[in-house]
Amino acid sequence: MNKVLAGFVLVALIISSMAIIGLADTFKVAFVTPSTINDSAWSQSMYDALVTIQNEMGKDNFQFVYSENMFVISDAAAAIRDYASQGYNLVIAHGSQYGGSLVDIAPDFPNTAFAWGSTANTFSDQGITNIFSYQPYSEQGGYVNGVLAAKLSETGMMGVIGPIETGDAKRYTEGFEAGVMATNPDAKVSVTWTGSYSDVSLSAETARTMIKAGADVLTGTSQMVIGAIGVAKKEGAIWFGYDVDQAPLAPQIVVSSVIVDWTVALRPMIAAIQSGTMGGKVYDLTLANGGLKIAVNAEGLVGKTIQGIINGDIVVGE
Amino acid sequence: MSWSIIIGILSSGIRLATPYLYAAVGETIGQLSGVVNLGVDGVMLMGAYIAFFVALSTGSLSLGLIAAAGMGAIFGLIMAFISVTLKAEQGISGIGLYLFGLGLSTFLFGITIRNVQTIDGFPDLAIPGLSRIPVIGEIFFQHNILVYVAFALIPIAWFLLNKTPFGLRVRAVGQNPEAADSLGVNVGRVRYLTVTLGGMLSGVAGASLSIALLNTFQQNLTNGMGFIAVALVYFGGWRPVLVFAGALLFSTVNALQIWLQVAGINVPSDVALMLPYIVTILVLAAMAKRRVNAPAALNKRFERGES
Repeated sequence: MNKVLAGFVLVALIISSMAIIGLADTFKVAFVTPSTINDSAWSQSMYDALVTIQNEMGKDNFQFVYSENMFVISDAAAAIRDYASQGYNLVIAHGSQYGGSLVDIAPDFPNTAFAWGSTANTFSDQGITNIFSYQPYSEQGGYVNGVLAAKLSETGMMGVIGPIETGDAKRYTEGFEAGVMATNPDAKVSVTWTGSYSDVSLSAETARTMIKAGADVLTGTSQMVIGAIGVAKKEGAIWFGYDVDQAPLAPQIVVSSVIVDWTVALRPMIAAIQSGTMGGKVYDLTLANGGLKIAVNAEGLVGKTIQGIINGDIVVGE
Repeated sequence: MSWSIIIGILSSGIRLATPYLYAAVGETIGQLSGVVNLGVDGVMLMGAYIAFFVALSTGSLSLGLIAAAGMGAIFGLIMAFISVTLKAEQGISGIGLYLFGLGLSTFLFGITIRNVQTIDGFPDLAIPGLSRIPVIGEIFFQHNILVYVAFALIPIAWFLLNKTPFGLRVRAVGQNPEAADSLGVNVGRVRYLTVTLGGMLSGVAGASLSIALLNTFQQNLTNGMGFIAVALVYFGGWRPVLVFAGALLFSTVNALQIWLQVAGINVPSDVALMLPYIVTILVLAAMAKRRVNAPAALNKRFERGES
């Protein structure tokens, strides 16, 4: 009886160790983010990228879990530390407010790689070697949107609705203003910061106020812009999107959206981790390397272009 | 300062005030009977979600509105049960209700609707005749129906609380439930009614956001509005008319600070954002000399036979 039992245990051990070895090849990612993954903005873009990578690498080779709504930094820090101690290969702290937490946590887990953004700071000056960072050059996408905006605006006034004047929201806004001014020096760009990433009500009222003041082109960042998009849709103003393709939200009025394709950062990052580099690199997302893409909504742009030609604002052949 | 700017700001102020009006009037009624419900924000979120979901699925805005009122009433009933029957600490249970509403609405949204989207909500309804009056017409009479109803609530609430036997019972129960009980008033039943009614109004407040003013739903759509509504009850000294004034004041200054930023006036955005709160505090300080009578039995549990 003992021998049968011992044989049984031995076989079980062999099988389970094979399974563990098999699992050891799976690249496991944990993703901590301040808003929900279906926010049509910041979090959704990273979630979509992770899904894309999973489809590319296959579910056996790549798995990820996420903790959304981690707006409160201490909650996020607890989640990050938890994931690191569970043996995840990469923990993505998707928000520039998480930097301080990573400085505390990363040194305790030298075999885990951490990543955060948008920022260029990997804390290597503090001797930390397992933190990556990523930064979208949002001003590039903003510039393209700005050029298009200036060309399509009939009143020459545009409005930008931003959350808090920092990070990629700030860069996008500056790029947008630059693009508008380069195309039409007489144009006016009105920038309003609502002070919150989630105040939908305030973004809607801001959009209304801007339209009343004469703006016929609006743009903005963060998940609260759904309020502004709703107002733009009702009043017939044009919208330029950021983070994800916002055309599905209002197909008639969205001209183009700057899409951040995080896979351009994630692929080399995963490769680096698998070859032993746990941090210290900054991954830029630009138009040049495909990290930033402009998604043009044919339904919106075409309609607006035709209107411009009819009105004489766009002179063909100029 | 041109007229169109003033019109724009006041009109914006009225729109922004609408959800506060519903929620604050509901909370006033509940508080006058002695129950503090800090869960208003969670109830608003559940009302907003169910209104949006029903309107999206059935195409009927009225059905969405009814669903929101019903959902709000259910949550009010839960709060009443916890505070009146279980006699739990009202402040903490209110916060628990808030967290429950926030979490449940986010969860349900995530599995039923998933993606953020907009719908065609209640349209703007220009009141024939009145909307033609220059200036006043544009400010007051070109809103959607839920805005008009919110305004109508104020005289209705005033009448209900001050001129009906029910209102008398509510205020008695809030001031001295032992005396009311000895006179045959069913304290528990009155409180159940007021808190459920308050919940219903909070649900409608949420619906006013998701199917009338913003025409969308998203996680944490209310962004803390419910707590401001509770604060407005204190600001208004438990009188509907003053609560209304407070809601308008706060929202109009909010509309003003938006306009300041849009017009490019050189005010740092952080300062502009603080304005509604600062103005409200200043007004409150100026009014400090007036007599404010909180319901004496507010936030105290009632046990028959306990003195």
